[in-house]
Amino acid sequence: MHPAPSLILFTTLSGLGFGLLAFLGVGLPSVTGWIAAVFFAIGFVLAGGGLAFSAFHLGHPERALKAFTQWRSSWLSREAWAASGTLGLMALFAAALVLGGLRIAPLGWLGALACLATVGVTSMIYASLRTVPRWHHWSTTAMFLGYALCGGALLAGQRWPALVLLALTGLGQFLAWKAGDARFAAAGSTTGTATGLGHLGQVRLFEPPHTGGSYLTREMVFVVARKHATKLRSIALILAFLVPLALLLLPDFHHLGAALAVLSHTLGVLAARWLFFAEAEHVVGLYYNRSAA
Amino acid sequence: MTDLPEKTERKLGLVIDLDTCVGCHACVIACKGWNTENYGAPLADADAYGTDPVGAFLNRIHTFEVQPDPREDGSLPPAQMFHLPKSCLHCDDAPCVTVCPTGASYKRVEDGIVLVNETDCIGCGLCAWACPYGAREMDPAEKVMKKCTLCVDRIYNDNLPEADRQPACVRTCPAGARHFGDLADPDSAVSRLVEARGGMDLMPEQGTKPVNKYLPPRPRDAEIDVLAPYLAPVDEHPKGFLGWLDRALGKL
Ligand code: SF4
Ligand code: SF4
Ligand code: SF4
Repeated sequence: MHPAPSLILFTTLSGLGFGLLAFLGVGLPSVTGWIAAVFFAIGFVLAGGGLAFSAFHLGHPERALKAFTQWRSSWLSREAWAASGTLGLMALFAAALVLGGLRIAPLGWLGALACLATVGVTSMIYASLRTVPRWHHWSTTAMFLGYALCGGALLAGQRWPALVLLALTGLGQFLAWKAGDARFAAAGSTTGTATGLGHLGQVRLFEPPHTGGSYLTREMVFVVARKHATKLRSIALILAFLVPLALLLLPDFHHLGAALAVLSHTLGVLAARWLFFAEAEHVVGLYYNRSAA
Repeated sequence: MTDLPEKTERKLGLVIDLDTCVGCHACVIACKGWNTENYGAPLADADAYGTDPVGAFLNRIHTFEVQPDPREDGSLPPAQMFHLPKSCLHCDDAPCVTVCPTGASYKRVEDGIVLVNETDCIGCGLCAWACPYGAREMDPAEKVMKKCTLCVDRIYNDNLPEADRQPACVRTCPAGARHFGDLADPDSAVSRLVEARGGMDLMPEQGTKPVNKYLPPRPRDAEIDVLAPYLAPVDEHPKGFLGWLDRALGKL
């Protein structure tokens, strides 16, 4: 799939933002007053900013409100509800805490759950697509949640939770990549099934329908060279997990270290998200002889 | 609503014959022509005369080569060529409809046609991702999703002569490779064609239950080599003069 910057920024930033808001909701750290205001502001800017980036992906952003109508069948519509509802809940909680000095704990817990639910719903937009076997798996949701929790823990300055989450998510990402590589073949779609001619022999594209590109080839038949993918995977693992882990383990861990850890993690997540899209093979590639190698 | 109807009264669709399609792309042009001038936003081309032209099409022809398995003696039978016209298959279980957040994509209860309401479409492109067949394309100028309408503005159009109340691609096909009709009616011409020729689904494993069916190529006649009978050696071990000649030539 085409790694659109708007979607990479949307999923990365909103994941970090909702992750941080989830930690703030459960009172980790248990801040009040100005410090709370700053923490919440970061959370809202990241989550809201991410959502704003998603609007750049739309052909007609002025009609975006219509996306609230089909929650019964569409994960994208559910995402619109989940994101705005969660931001509303957390805004109430934050207002009571910052302005009223009142911590409404049940509201915070509910908000934190809603944050994680929103990240889960976002992941389902991708995981529900049967046409992209690499995404069509529970691990897609697990990884989205893992990344959101890692980023949230780092931003919230929760050293020990962050250590555990980073180690688990890093390992999970490694395994998810390995398992994902085999999923296209396992899904069973081949040029033979795509043309219905498989029973006759080896089917191969002789002539594409058009000599230039098209919306389909640009959007869905994106191919990354394997050697680049391998390199990027290593870079993503190092930046998103290993560097922050090392920084967190330094004996005198300070604000500077925390900031560097957040920065490195964010860059790593951006690389991982680029791969999430770029490496995802759509079955329509079978009609263009450009499927998973 | 982007919920799918439980059941549609009719299942209008196409039956496409892979045995007869000659790959002329006439239906591609007829489709582009009709759908540029009629229902919905025109099908735009961007950079049409530049270095990187792209355009929206609702119907495209892919050409495939099939190499049959080696014969028992290890030799390869000749490869065969097929042209595969592909437009929306108006699936019964259309994933493109259920993913649509706005309700712009819908499947009609009365005839099963899958359409996009262009004034509701936000151009998110998710439906194109959900379609296994590449049947939806974003218009490069209008930024709304375009797809085959089954020429809904022809098939019910009383202003057209009866013979033209067929999809443009069907009407134009010089080989008669595209057929239009109601696939829910077992007695319709298309249903009988599917029955007789073993009509099949594309990518059935995707679970979309396409309405459109493809007719597999008929088995080719056994390989005929018109010269073979004349070239076969008449006698493997000739005697007499021919035998002497054979041996003499063999020694050269
Ligand atoms: S062919 Fe694609 S666009 Fe058409 S109904 Fe099926 S899934 Fe939807
Ligand atoms: S591109 Fe338009 S029709 Fe397709 S899912 Fe988005 S809103 Fe619906
Ligand atoms: S039915 Fe109409 S819209 Fe669909 S492919 Fe044929 S000509 Fe195009």
